[in-house]
Amino acid sequence: MSVDEMVTLEAGPGEIMEVSMGPHHPSTHGVFRMDVRLEGERVVRLKPVFGYLHRNHEKIAEHGAYLSAIPYTDRLDYLCSMTNNWGYVLAVEKLAGIPVPERAEYIRVIVAELTRFQNHAGLVGFLLQDMGASGTPLMYAFREREKILDLFESLSGARMMCNYMRFGGVRVDCSAEWLEEVRQLIGRLPRFVDEFEALLRANEILMARTQGVGVLPRELAINAGVTGPMLRASGVNYDIRKVDKYGVYDRFEFQVPLGDHGDVYDRYMMRILEMRESVKILEQALRDISDGPIMDPKTRLRGLRPKAGEAYGRIESPKGELGFFLVSDGTMNPYRYRVRPPSMINLTILEDMCLGQNVADVVITLGSVDIVLGEVDR
Amino acid sequence: MSPLPAVEELKALIEAGVTGAAVAVVPNSSPSGQHSLLLDREHARAVAEFLRDHAELRLDYCSLVTGVDWLDRETTEKIKVKKVVEGPDGSQQETEVEETRKTKTPGYLEAVYHLFSMEKKHGPVILRLRTANRADDGHVPSLTPVWRSAEFQEREAFDLYGIVFDGHPDLRRILMWDGFVDYPMRKDYVPPADDALAGVHA
Repeated sequence: MSVDEMVTLEAGPGEIMEVSMGPHHPSTHGVFRMDVRLEGERVVRLKPVFGYLHRNHEKIAEHGAYLSAIPYTDRLDYLCSMTNNWGYVLAVEKLAGIPVPERAEYIRVIVAELTRFQNHAGLVGFLLQDMGASGTPLMYAFREREKILDLFESLSGARMMCNYMRFGGVRVDCSAEWLEEVRQLIGRLPRFVDEFEALLRANEILMARTQGVGVLPRELAINAGVTGPMLRASGVNYDIRKVDKYGVYDRFEFQVPLGDHGDVYDRYMMRILEMRESVKILEQALRDISDGPIMDPKTRLRGLRPKAGEAYGRIESPKGELGFFLVSDGTMNPYRYRVRPPSMINLTILEDMCLGQNVADVVITLGSVDIVLGEVDR
Repeated sequence: MSPLPAVEELKALIEAGVTGAAVAVVPNSSPSGQHSLLLDREHARAVAEFLRDHAELRLDYCSLVTGVDWLDRETTEKIKVKKVVEGPDGSQQETEVEETRKTKTPGYLEAVYHLFSMEKKHGPVILRLRTANRADDGHVPSLTPVWRSAEFQEREAFDLYGIVFDGHPDLRRILMWDGFVDYPMRKDYVPPADDALAGVHA
């Protein structure tokens, strides 16, 4: 077929065209594919296809000791290794009844909220990138993210694969200087959020592209198990930090931002507002943290052998409800190890959100879900 | 957070609310104290709808769906049996003899559902469904018509464990590719040798 023939190849009125978006496409943020059927520019069917990064993470974890799964959890949502660690150690702590010292709980809150901040900043940067604001806004986000990763590096030795938490506490203590550095950084963050929010709020093109697009109704969001900022953008007040009050989250004052349209714009605004709440939590945690041990002295890390039984532990990760379900048969390695991946479950209703929309809107609707393929595929 | 009834009360509630449903409590001795309810396959769908729509419970959110593989078990026990034996003098005597007995318990695949309530902010209530065995009857009813969130997760349990969810709208492999045979998360899965794929794409 000549090039001319290819160019004139198009679907006539009423004809359906099949387009495979991905797996190698900049808008899919990883190796993810969508089988899309189009009538003209309108989406009439969309099926997500994934598994390209599948390495059977769960099987690997079932073959090792409880301790050896922690570095693997870093690689689930590889932008948020700290919160992945927390979800897993929380489940082990429930399974084996392990207490956590207060200082370790505060350090966990500090690193988790820093993680949430950099995740959300990156996501908003990517939204602007997806809509054609190439490069610059994303670099604004990455500028702040780098500073947070610097802090993670000086604390844990690694910028992204932190491998920092342990059941019964955290691996290394933080110094007073480190806490001071965090304090200085979060003093500057509100100004960054203001600047970033102005890019969203005051941009007419952006509002035209995102408002009323990719609407997720409240009832469907609940029934489909959507969690995290995406759920709250649809107006459901459900934040596991408030519901379960795990760790020391009952000691902090913060709001749970809620949207009322459930569209792409609301989903991004949720991230902006949650960044502000994270800063509030960080300020309180830095104020209240006291000296003390960082590990439960009785916990055996290497030789942990929980009694036969099972436990489900969950946290509010930046993407939604991150849970770990563990079954112990009384041996050194988990009989069953299961991750509840929020990114994957939030994809369940991708088709519902995209039907009837233009194909260009699929890109920003997918972007607003906030997926990381390391977690979707496991 | 409104309090959730204990598992025994939940069992009574379900059995009163869904006629014919057989519910068994599966205790959990872990410090987590998360006990679960084993449902019979025939009434599972009705029980799920009952739990979702019950005014006090309102378990509107199915968070986690997963498979667990329990292998066939062979237990050996030594028991003492009384046997009549002929004594050295020819008389019938009753003595105790030790015998080894092997009992086979067939394994099963289990689908586990963790339910929460977004409205009442309580949970989890844990449901379990079991297949008849691991070989030829790996069926359980799908709960996707009750909770959409089960759609991808049931597909995953089908893909990796081979549990067939009857009534699922779109039961296909999800993480492994379509031509793949076998179920990699099963406990007796043997991975192919490293060179098994050599030459396939040649």
